[in-house]
Amino acid sequence: MAVTHNTEPIPARGTRERGDLRRLLEEKAKLVRRETVRLSRIAGAGHYTGTFSCAELFAALYYAQLRFRPDDPGWADRDRFVLSKGHAAIGLYPVLADLGFFETGLLDDYTRLHSSFGDHPDMRKVPGADFSSGSLGHGLSVSLGMALAARVTASSYLTYCMLGDGELAEGQVWSAAMAAGHYKAANLVAIVDRNQLSIDGTTETVMGVEPLHDKFAAFRWDVRRIDGHDYDQILDTFAYARDRSDERPLCVIADTIKGRGVQRMELDKDWHVGNLMGADYDDVMSEIDAGLQPVRSLA
Amino acid sequence: MTGKTESASPQEISGVFRGSADGATALSETALKEKAKKTEQGIAARSIPTFIAGEELADLADTDGRIVVLTADLASAGRTIDFATRHPDRFFNIGVAEQNMVSVAAGMASTGLRPFVSTFAAYLALLCCEQVRTDLAYTQMPVVMLAHHSGMTLGYYGTSHHALEDLSAMRGIAGLTVVSACDANELRAILRACIGHDGPVYVRMGRGRDPEVYADVPENFAFGKAIRLTEGSDIALITTGSQVRPCLQAAEDLAGHGISVRVVDMHTVSQADAAEIKAAVDDIGTILTVEEHNVTGGLGGAVAEVIAEYGKAVSFRRHGVPDVHVTLGPPAALYAHYELDAAGVANRARTLLQHTRGNSS
Repeated sequence: MAVTHNTEPIPARGTRERGDLRRLLEEKAKLVRRETVRLSRIAGAGHYTGTFSCAELFAALYYAQLRFRPDDPGWADRDRFVLSKGHAAIGLYPVLADLGFFETGLLDDYTRLHSSFGDHPDMRKVPGADFSSGSLGHGLSVSLGMALAARVTASSYLTYCMLGDGELAEGQVWSAAMAAGHYKAANLVAIVDRNQLSIDGTTETVMGVEPLHDKFAAFRWDVRRIDGHDYDQILDTFAYARDRSDERPLCVIADTIKGRGVQRMELDKDWHVGNLMGADYDDVMSEIDAGLQPVRSLA
Repeated sequence: MTGKTESASPQEISGVFRGSADGATALSETALKEKAKKTEQGIAARSIPTFIAGEELADLADTDGRIVVLTADLASAGRTIDFATRHPDRFFNIGVAEQNMVSVAAGMASTGLRPFVSTFAAYLALLCCEQVRTDLAYTQMPVVMLAHHSGMTLGYYGTSHHALEDLSAMRGIAGLTVVSACDANELRAILRACIGHDGPVYVRMGRGRDPEVYADVPENFAFGKAIRLTEGSDIALITTGSQVRPCLQAAEDLAGHGISVRVVDMHTVSQADAAEIKAAVDDIGTILTVEEHNVTGGLGGAVAEVIAEYGKAVSFRRHGVPDVHVTLGPPAALYAHYELDAAGVANRARTLLQHTRGNSS
């Protein structure tokens, strides 16, 4: 009998259960960051910072929110998760492995010839990946398709889509946002990892995306803006996403810090893709193990 | 006025664009008389509504709950409105956002639905090329693209609305079936084949009212298996889609001059039927490809690849639109100008035969 994950309600803020959950998620976010560093070394390069920024979101999605069955990845009524910012797949694979979608050992061949696991996820090769991604701007459209399909088949699953903030410069995102608002796709949740940087610099210098709340609201979305590294805010918002009665799709703008969790990388555009070597590798692993520290630039 | 759905349409396609329930009623009386006259002269076959996909899919959807149809603000032009009226809950107008439509369909297909997306060929193949590659072909989503008004069927709308590069662009994508429908019955056969096909299909369609080629739905239709329409020994015309009928007419004309023509409907261009091409090399040795497409990279390219690798001497020419952006004019005038009407095809065939005989004498 397949076990469905995350069927319990999210525990209320301030309860002992919430505290237990938060400690679990902290460990899982460490797993995401550690494995990102480890796998990047196998490949010789990796998308560190855009993965670190959504580590808390990945942990909360997979260990508290999404409903799925690792031994039945094609389960028709599972919640869908589309990683539109496909370059963060390096942080998603370890989560899927940890949950039992596949053997963790398979990741040891990450990016090597014939591996199932590349820099961007391939749904035909990675159990648990609901759609292939990598080309920015497609994911919200694909997610809307899944959400509209649920309407056709009278299914109750929710579809979650994680977008990057630099990605929002792609016009197709706004075609999808417009259509989701038009079709009142209440079963669609977009999560924007607002980590402030794209490749060439801050989004506001390269291509400004603000005011984000107003943009999505104008496209007829229900919008929430939270601290994407704060579990209480994430979990409260996820509980709301499950229980709300609103005909509009939900957009969660998660304010995050690109590179969060490794101080030398925080808000440093040069670590979008990088490679940690020698003692730096060990230093960074220790830093991750110690858990999130105050952000240096704000400390 | 927006770019893609002007209310003033080329006269020759007005029946399609106004979206009347019965395309025939929109043809002017003059046009009908003209058509009857041509038929009497034996130079044009019966012209019939070709955009039967909406109706056909509505029939299939009566018993197949997986079928959904999407359009990008062209429900009337592509006649998917015939599906919408019967299955409104499974019809999605995505607005003038073709790339979004393709990716939305991909997401739908990932859940087990069978989406059919419909809009102008120019936008499906060229505007959405990357979405088709990444979201449909790479993922092997069973999404069917109904790419109507391909080639230069939109006449004086101009190059922005022409699709003379779509076969080339789509043929280069791995895992994508690219097929042309020459008339309503072939389109029916294609749609039925699509239902049983577990991957994406690009269906190249004409102008909405195309002369009939197949009196009935062709039996045993299969992707990749060409249909030999006439037997002949002097020259083989290998063609696809809108050019099948002109080739048949040209064959008839040439027969009157003692020239025996084999006409092959190479409907599937992505996996061109190599056996049929090699048979034309071995049996005849003179081959002309005919397509409403840039001569670069389309059917002619596909056939040339097979012939070159076969390695046998053959007299071969590609006929299509030369490698230019076409001049302006109504469709019929463009076909005449580029020799893609029956007379033009016959002329090109004669020229190639003269060349062949000149070389061999």
